[in-house]
Amino acid sequence: MTANIAETKPLTANIVAGRAPLNLKEYSAAGGYRAVRKALKEMAPGDVTKAVKDANLRGRGGAGFPTGVKWGLVPSLEKSPGSRYLVCNADEMEPGTFKDRLLMESDPHSLVEAMIVAGYAIQATRAYIFLRGEYVEAAKNLNAAIAEANAAGFLGKDILGSGWSMDLHVHTGAGRYICGEETALINSLEGRRANPRAKPPFPAIAGLWGKPTVVNNVESLCNVQHIVNNGSAWFLGLNQGKSKDGGTKLYGISGRAKKTGLWELPIGTTAREILEVHAGGMKDGLKLKAWLPGGASTDFLTPDHLDLAMDFDTIAKAGSRMGTGLLTVVDDRQNMVSVVRNLEDFFARESCGWCTPCRDGLPWTYKTLVAMERGEGRPGDIEMLEKMTRFLAPGRPFCAHAPGAMEPLQSALKFFRGEFEATIKKIDKTTATHAAA
Amino acid sequence: MSTANVTPSSIPGSSPTVMKLADLVAGQSLPATPPYVMSDEERHEIEHCLHHYDDNRAASIDALKIVQKKHGWVPDAAIAKIGELIGIPAADVEGVATFYNLIFRRPVGRNVIKICDSISCYLTGYDEVREAISAHLRINLGQTTADNRFTLLPICCLGACDKGPVAMINDDTVVNLSPETIPALLEQYK
Repeated sequence: MTANIAETKPLTANIVAGRAPLNLKEYSAAGGYRAVRKALKEMAPGDVTKAVKDANLRGRGGAGFPTGVKWGLVPSLEKSPGSRYLVCNADEMEPGTFKDRLLMESDPHSLVEAMIVAGYAIQATRAYIFLRGEYVEAAKNLNAAIAEANAAGFLGKDILGSGWSMDLHVHTGAGRYICGEETALINSLEGRRANPRAKPPFPAIAGLWGKPTVVNNVESLCNVQHIVNNGSAWFLGLNQGKSKDGGTKLYGISGRAKKTGLWELPIGTTAREILEVHAGGMKDGLKLKAWLPGGASTDFLTPDHLDLAMDFDTIAKAGSRMGTGLLTVVDDRQNMVSVVRNLEDFFARESCGWCTPCRDGLPWTYKTLVAMERGEGRPGDIEMLEKMTRFLAPGRPFCAHAPGAMEPLQSALKFFRGEFEATIKKIDKTTATHAAA
Repeated sequence: MSTANVTPSSIPGSSPTVMKLADLVAGQSLPATPPYVMSDEERHEIEHCLHHYDDNRAASIDALKIVQKKHGWVPDAAIAKIGELIGIPAADVEGVATFYNLIFRRPVGRNVIKICDSISCYLTGYDEVREAISAHLRINLGQTTADNRFTLLPICCLGACDKGPVAMINDDTVVNLSPETIPALLEQYK
C-alpha cells in the first residue's frame, strides 16, 4: 500500500496528519535521496533537465511555465562561468493558497532533495529557499533537514564525489506579496526593496547578482526527484488521462465549504470533483455563487464551469487561469461588490509603488468599490472600472501585479454586473449637479 | 553625524516639538525607550549572516530582523549602525526597513497580533473576528493598547485558508477563530 501511494501521490506520500516530519534516516528508508545518487552518479546535468522537460512538468507557482524549459535557458558553463543560483520561491502569499506550507512543514527533506537534483541540473553553486517570514515552523523544519543533509554529504563541497559543490540556505523574508514575483524576489534576496526588474534579461541569463538564476516554486521542485527516479513517462501517466500536463497537483478548497482542505489528485481533475467529492460541497444552506480557480489574481468562474478540468490550458480557455490550483469558493450570501472590494484592497496595499498605473490605479479602483459598497456609486463608475481593467491590462504596468488585480474585477463585472449596477445612485436631472460635484 | 540623530528614539529627552510630531503620526504617545546601542550578540549574528550571501547588502533584511528580535522594533540608531556594519548607506537600510511590513519602525506592544484580511478569511468571518478583537482590546488596526500588551496589525494571506479566519500572535498561527474564542485566546498572551 505504501509503495502504491508513493507511486500515485508522490508529493504527499510521506505526509501523515499529526505526525512529525521524517528525519533523514526515515526519509531515506522511504526511498529518499535515491534521486540524488542516481542523478549525480548516472546522469549528466543535461539528462536531468531533459527528463523534466519530457515529463511536461509545468510551474506550480501559478504561471504554468514548463520547469525543464526554464532550466534549459541557463547558459552553459563555458558561456557563463562562475556563480549561478537556484532559488526556491517559497514566498507563498497568494490569497487562498496553502499548499507549499504543507510540503515544507511536513516533508522538508523532499524539498531539500529536490533542490539538490535541480541544482545539479543547472550546476548551481548556491541555492536559496526564499521563505516568507511568517512560516516559522517551515523555517525550523527546513533548517533541521538541511543540517542533516549537510552532515550526510548531500550538500556542501564535492557532493558524493561528483566534483560538484552547492550550499543551500534558507532566507526568510520580511513580508510583502510582491516578493513572489520572481524578479522582485531576486531584488529582495539581494537586500533591496522588492521592486520588480525589467525583463529581458530574464533571470536565467542575469538574475541574482547578475548571474544565471532559476526561480522555481516549492511544489514544482518537489516533483523533480520523482521524475528522476521513475521516469518522464511515469510522471505523464500520473494525470490518468485527464490532462496534457504531467503529474499530480495539490488542489484545495477554502471558503464556506463543508470540508475545506488540500488533496493531491491527478492534474486535470475537475473542479466539481474537488468541491463536491473531496470537500463535500458547500455548507448546508449555502449555494456556490462563484469561484476563484487558483488565488486572488485569477478570474472568477461560475457554477456553470465546474466540470472543467483543472489544468492550465483548460482553465485559460474558459477565460481564467488555474493559478495555484487552490479554489476559493464564494457562497450565495456574499455580495460580489464587497468580495471584489476585499480583493482590490489587498492588491492596492500590496502594490510596490514602483510604477504609476499600479500605484495610483489600484487605490482608485478600491475607493470606487468602497463607495459602491456603501450604495454611493455614481453613474459612470462601472465604465471607469472597466477602463481600469484596460489601463492595467498586461503590458501596461511594469509587472503582473496590477493585471492580476484586474482579473477578479473584470470577471465579476462580466458575470455579476447587476450587483454593481444596483449600487449606483439613481440620479435624475434635477439632482444631476450632485453627480458632477 | 548620521541622519539617524534627528528623531526622538535615539536622543534621550529630545525636543518637545519633535515629540509632538511623533505623537501626531502615531496617533498615540510613544513609550519612552532607552537609546539604542548594538549589542555584541547582535553584531555577531549579523556578521554571521554575511557568510550566507555573495554580497553583504543581502544581509540587510536579516540584520533588521536580528535587531527587531532583540528590541521589538528597529530604532533609528540601529538603521545607521546596520549600514555601517554591512557597508551600505543608512538611507538604503531605511529604504528596506520601510518597505517590508514585518519590520517595525515604531515601538509595538509586547504581543503583536497579525490578522489575515485576505479573501478566504474574509469569506469565513474576518470582519466579526476583527471587531471582537478591537472591542476586547479597545484598539483599531495599527494601534497598541495603553498597557503596551498588544498591537493589532492587518496581514495578507497566511497560507492556512482552509482553517479561516486565521491570525498570527507573535510566532503562533491561530486558526478557526470566532468572536467567542477571542477573549480566552488573548488571555494566554501576557
